[in-house]
Amino acid sequence: MAAVLETRSLCKSFGALTVADRINFRLEPGARHALIGPNGAGKTTFVNMLMGQLAPSSGQILLAGEDVTRVPQSARVRRGLGRTFQVTTLFRNLPLLDNVALGIAEREGVAVHMWKPASRHQEIKDEAMTYLSALGIADDAATRVADLAYGKQRLVEIAIALGLKPKVLLLDEPAAGVPSHESGIILSNLAKLPPEIAILIIEHDMDLVFRFAQRITVLVQGSVLVEAPPEEIARDKRVHQVYLGEQHA
Amino acid sequence: MSGYSADPRIRWTEWLPWVLAIGFFFLMPGYLSLGARILIFILFALSLDLILGYAGIVTLGHSAFFGLGAYTAGALGAHTGITDPLLQLAAAAALSALLGLATGAVILRTRALTLLMLTLAITAILLEIANKWTSMTGGADGLSGVKVDPILGMFRFDLYGKTAFFYCLAVLFVGWLVVRRIIYSPYGAMLTGIRENSTRMHAVGAPVYWRLVMIYTISATMAGTAGALLTQVNQFVGLNVLGLEPSGDVLVMLILGGVGRLYGAFIGPVVYIVVQDTLAKQYPEYWYLGIGLLLIFVVLFARGGILGLLDKWLPFLRPGRSAKASAR
Repeated sequence: MAAVLETRSLCKSFGALTVADRINFRLEPGARHALIGPNGAGKTTFVNMLMGQLAPSSGQILLAGEDVTRVPQSARVRRGLGRTFQVTTLFRNLPLLDNVALGIAEREGVAVHMWKPASRHQEIKDEAMTYLSALGIADDAATRVADLAYGKQRLVEIAIALGLKPKVLLLDEPAAGVPSHESGIILSNLAKLPPEIAILIIEHDMDLVFRFAQRITVLVQGSVLVEAPPEEIARDKRVHQVYLGEQHA
Repeated sequence: MSGYSADPRIRWTEWLPWVLAIGFFFLMPGYLSLGARILIFILFALSLDLILGYAGIVTLGHSAFFGLGAYTAGALGAHTGITDPLLQLAAAAALSALLGLATGAVILRTRALTLLMLTLAITAILLEIANKWTSMTGGADGLSGVKVDPILGMFRFDLYGKTAFFYCLAVLFVGWLVVRRIIYSPYGAMLTGIRENSTRMHAVGAPVYWRLVMIYTISATMAGTAGALLTQVNQFVGLNVLGLEPSGDVLVMLILGGVGRLYGAFIGPVVYIVVQDTLAKQYPEYWYLGIGLLLIFVVLFARGGILGLLDKWLPFLRPGRSAKASAR
């Protein structure tokens, strides 16, 4: 199957420090893929290069078969690349509805319209409400994000990403900072995401990774150590050594 | 206040400025030229609120557009046969828009202090050009003898400033309608998004830089229009329309009134110019002290400006979000 997102020999170095070393990576439509690795393995660098926030030193990034290595972030988003942030990055003073609606308006090309009031764009508000409903936070549509529990703020991140109707969704530690008794809500919502979206999840919570992902890539010191289904990763001795070893020694 | 959850209908309080302005016209006929000056600075402050209050662009160079507009109208009226006020206004608006587009495209790639210094540099350059190009601008003596025809061929600018007052009021009204539309539109909501969190706006696919250039150009157009009005009303233009001082004045006016509130741009210039006028009569040397104390008070005790204080004391005036509009 044709990959919806692909990197070819992606490299990034800051002076003598190599943080991404010839990363070859493929994501197929509808994939549920996890990227794991110890701290400093280069996961965030990799995501930032995928999104266009960081220019790679060499190599290629292909989105739906097209080379987007030099394409700016906003154009990649419009071509179907969405993300959530590890550190909640929301419009804290705006209601939930507006948080989601702003993204939908960009996708629909309505964001530059200057005459008709935003609140009369019923189609955008309706669509925003469907995502909020799907994630179980529709009752809070009029609440300011800042007044919302942290776990729910994480869900707003996902709602905004869904509003972009992405082909590929990068989830950067969606459960980061969420108390463990609430992370179940995140996982159950992730499980309900539309099956056609290819998802790459970066996550430290191994429980979540092994339950969610169908394939796992292990990144160590900027290069891919191994890529395999979860069962094999769990058995892999090298992975235990470099990664799980830290926790289970 | 704006955005997808806001109620875009005009509230009764929003008609107050217009009622008050017309009341002022009949009750204080001796102060109409002061009134016209206030209306012009409201338009100027309104243009600043668009970029500062809504898009979050901090500038000390907004007088560049105000001054360019003022000198455009002045040069047309004094040196050429183009003496129709609306034509002069249109030319001033067009040139200011061009300057806004050209400078915005360069400086909006930067942020914060760098941006602030660049905006200041641009108006300083224009000030120096106006100072040196005496054949066109009159230099330090200013440009007098600016000819302006009757408006629409009917309303002559009179000695008491009646025509000038209504002319400025009409232009301000149009400016207010446009700004209000923009603020409540998806574009206005998007600007608020950039101000609130530009990282997030990038991540939902907004070409943030171009959007900022766009609003900067719109704001420059309005500021240039305000500048042209000032020239037409005074039939004179001097160097005091350019440089740091008028930029600072309009910024202080907006902060006094309340930033990002639309009507802060109405209240600020009224208070500032009335205080300035009163103090300048009493203490011609020290009137800035009074403005300074007022500003310190507002910054220390009323961060939302005078409008913020009104919110606190008269909560029923607060626009607020309509629960009805947001829930569906």
